[in-house]
Amino acid sequence: MATTDKAAVTAGTAAPDGAHAQGVFPPFDSTTFAPQLIWLALIFGALYLLMSRVALPRVERILENRRARIAGDLDEASAMQHRAQAASLAYDKTLADAKGKAQTLAQQMRDQLAADSDAKRKALEADLNARLVAAEASISQTKAQAMTHVGEIAAQAASDIVRHITGKPADEQAIARAMAATKTV
Amino acid sequence: MATPGKAIDPIHQFIVEPLARIQLGGVDASFTNASLFMVIVLLAITFLMIIGTAQKSVVPGRLQSAAEISYEFVANTVRSTAGQEGMKFFPLVFSIFMFVFFSNMIGLVPYTFTVTSQIIVTFALAAIVILTVIIYGLARHGTHFLHLFVPSGVPAVLLPFIVMIEVISFVSRPISLSVRLFANMLAGHITLKVFGAFVAMLIGGSGAAAILSPLPLLAIVALTGFELLVAFLQAYVFAILTCVYLNDALHPGH
Repeated sequence: MATTDKAAVTAGTAAPDGAHAQGVFPPFDSTTFAPQLIWLALIFGALYLLMSRVALPRVERILENRRARIAGDLDEASAMQHRAQAASLAYDKTLADAKGKAQTLAQQMRDQLAADSDAKRKALEADLNARLVAAEASISQTKAQAMTHVGEIAAQAASDIVRHITGKPADEQAIARAMAATKTV
Repeated sequence: MATPGKAIDPIHQFIVEPLARIQLGGVDASFTNASLFMVIVLLAITFLMIIGTAQKSVVPGRLQSAAEISYEFVANTVRSTAGQEGMKFFPLVFSIFMFVFFSNMIGLVPYTFTVTSQIIVTFALAAIVILTVIIYGLARHGTHFLHLFVPSGVPAVLLPFIVMIEVISFVSRPISLSVRLFANMLAGHITLKVFGAFVAMLIGGSGAAAILSPLPLLAIVALTGFELLVAFLQAYVFAILTCVYLNDALHPGH
């Protein structure tokens, strides 16, 4: 190439190669058409065969494999996600169940304890009431008893007072009459 | 003749030179520098698309990733332009896109030959597309394919005129398709070469001019970036127009 360049420089405008028509613009030099067409046909034919038989089907397969792979991976991922969601739901449900169970258990315990203490309180109250009643009864009995002795004591006191003043034993019947009179008043 | 402006020939890079002379039944089938770069393009595409995908890994490496991006890019272009039905032409569109793209890109490397800067190559590629459209269209739809040239709902008075326009536009397709790519590549490479010659001339010139020599060099840097864009864009345009024309073969009648 370099040597022909030099030839072109020295030769000026003249075409350097004697084989070509003088002064013809090289791309329009029809003597070169036949070899160019023959080699273009050979090489473009080879290119077409290589592309259509080997290269393009191969690239298509590669792209198809990749698409399938990506789609498969995405499917797998979404299946995994569903499984994870289901697991999470199951966990939530278990948790809620356990919570509910714990609550009912606590409620039962509370109810039982309340019932127990209620029963104890009631028993205690009943006991106390019974004692109160007994005590009241005993008081009223004592009181009644005491009241029966009041007359006697009064009569004794009256006879003692009379004997002390008069110096002689008191008339028991008079005292009884006086007492009956005061009682009726 | 020996003026500095013509000392560096920007056209020289497009000359097709035989590397090995081969005659096939009186037809010149020499292995030229153009053939060599076609082989290099083929090897580069094969390296990317076949060696690069050999491992078939689910998590791609760089090369496999590039191969997959190329595949999906062209596949999306075909699907969006010619629909799912157009995918039967996917290997053809893919081969054309990769061939044009790699030819353009490799051609930007200094001292290389740009396969797509030859009108006969771009025209042959366009002819493959148009012949595919015609043959598939006729095989699939028979005479209904000719409705491509007869739009429905046109008044009878205008019909001959419209049909003539449609036929001309159809015939001009392979020409516009091939010339667009060829002209873009040719112009870009000539521009780069001319700016390169400016640098050489300014340095070779006397004192003051040499100081200006970095300016065209900067222009070359910018232009090379632009040419990379053009290289991709022209391959893309070629592929997408191929899809549009194939779409006509799939669905003739507007």
